[in-house]
Amino acid sequence: MPDIIRNGVTIDDNFAEAFPMSGTGILITAPNAKWARQAALTMTGFATSVIGCGCEAGIDREVPPEETPDGRPGVRALLFAMSSKDAEKQLVNRLGQCVLTCPGSAVYSTVAGEFEIKVGDALRQFGDKWQMSKVVDDRRYWRVPVMDGEFFCEGKVGLTKKSVGGGNLLIMGADWEKTMRATEAAVSAIDGVADAIAPFPGGIVRSGSKVGSKYKGMSASTNDAYCPTLRGVTKSELDADIGCVLEIVIDGLTDKAVSEAMRAGLHAIIEMGPEQGAKRVGAGNYGGKLGPFHYHLKELLP
Amino acid sequence: MKPFTFTLRQEPPQRVDLSALTPDRLAGKSVAQIEAIEIGVTRISTKVGDLFKVSEGDLKTVRYEGGSARFDLLGAKLLPGFEIHVEGDVGAQCGRLAKGGRITVAGNAGPHAASGNLGAEVEIKGDVGDFLAGPLAGELAGMAGGRVIVRGKVGERAGDRLRRGILIIEGDAGEDLGARVIAGTILVLGEAKGRVGYLNKRGSIVLARGGCFGSTYVDCGAHELTFARLFARSLRDHSASAADLLSRKLRRYGGDTAVYGKGEILTPD
Repeated sequence: MPDIIRNGVTIDDNFAEAFPMSGTGILITAPNAKWARQAALTMTGFATSVIGCGCEAGIDREVPPEETPDGRPGVRALLFAMSSKDAEKQLVNRLGQCVLTCPGSAVYSTVAGEFEIKVGDALRQFGDKWQMSKVVDDRRYWRVPVMDGEFFCEGKVGLTKKSVGGGNLLIMGADWEKTMRATEAAVSAIDGVADAIAPFPGGIVRSGSKVGSKYKGMSASTNDAYCPTLRGVTKSELDADIGCVLEIVIDGLTDKAVSEAMRAGLHAIIEMGPEQGAKRVGAGNYGGKLGPFHYHLKELLP
Repeated sequence: MKPFTFTLRQEPPQRVDLSALTPDRLAGKSVAQIEAIEIGVTRISTKVGDLFKVSEGDLKTVRYEGGSARFDLLGAKLLPGFEIHVEGDVGAQCGRLAKGGRITVAGNAGPHAASGNLGAEVEIKGDVGDFLAGPLAGELAGMAGGRVIVRGKVGERAGDRLRRGILIIEGDAGEDLGARVIAGTILVLGEAKGRVGYLNKRGSIVLARGGCFGSTYVDCGAHELTFARLFARSLRDHSASAADLLSRKLRRYGGDTAVYGKGEILTPD
């Protein structure tokens, strides 16, 4: 089937293949936006891929004071893992080490999922029996005394098993600058989509992987078909005009959030055009047999 | 749809037990059957029909046109999703052991209002007698959930043995407010007379006007508390002045150190 061209950008007739994940989200508030963001950044650090980090996490959006339960500036962070048990373990660990420790922070549930995981009900023990519980509107919260006042944390947060991880876009351009320009535009468009995150550094991954390796015991290795420096010596997917490939990986609380995020990213890249940005956009998959969610690029076009 | 209405014909000749007149117990009964329900508490018979004109309507809301200080146990064991409104006074134990729903009383309430409340929202526009939300004699805990708002003043021992839930008293409170509190929250916007929070274990008592709380309450300094901000938002629709009180910087007195001592009295700094 011929490739599709929009505004001079070639769109591969291909699809992204994604997997079900357990997703959860929290709202972190603080006396000011700086410290709310700092807590969220620290909590979502080293959370790019489930392979090595145990979970994938990122900042969904900043929440203005009018919308938060305590009227302070907030940041919503999402966390995804392969099982609800992993999600619980990662969330409790990260909250305990990164948010409980962050000055001024408070934590609230922001996901109405089918399940609930204990968060404050676990962290409260830091209070050494000085913690106090408060039930407001049928939700339990914990007040844990800490050195700057009180850490305030909701007892349980929602978790959904209907999350999707692994939506992706492969952005290909003439050189690093142009490809990066298009990819950054796509990431900022994806930032505007609710319930979806791009967990890699700045939302971008440059070391896309294929399944398997020539080394024993390595489950993934560099995606040589998309490495521009190997274009002549391997079975490359790249034409002569491509000098750089960057990937955006997207996790979302729902199937719809992932497709909306991919659509927003794709539109931003197409809008920029090949002169300033990317020449071609593709998507990664494993033949369609592994993941139940398929996002066909041609269905997301403007 | 119009509410199910009981219109008072005359002042009851004796105290009446209205616990049988909650929506779930009225469901499926005809007006004649309802009028035949015995509500007197002495050997002399008093039936619903003797006191009230019964007009059928949507049982989601039961309305009393006219009240009396002899209306005992009104809305007892009320279930979630139902509402009772009284255009007048009520007697003792209004909303006793209510599991949920909403009770509003336009007049005054007697003693033990919202006693052992488990989750109902009870609003009393007038004054309330002693033992608001408290346990009956011999019971180990008082109110264990829900929200009670009193626009007027309350008698002695309000919030006795409170275990969970929120009490908002917009007027003054009598002696021994929040005695033996286990947990939960009490807010008083008027004056709390005499001893406050006697043997308080883990409860929060928020007073608009400070005072001396005795040697077993220890000053822990003034703080901006995040939980108070959340409470303020939650209470704003029910009581703007309670929300304002919670939005202020509060001085924390930890106690009662004569017992468990994990509770607190909070007053504006």
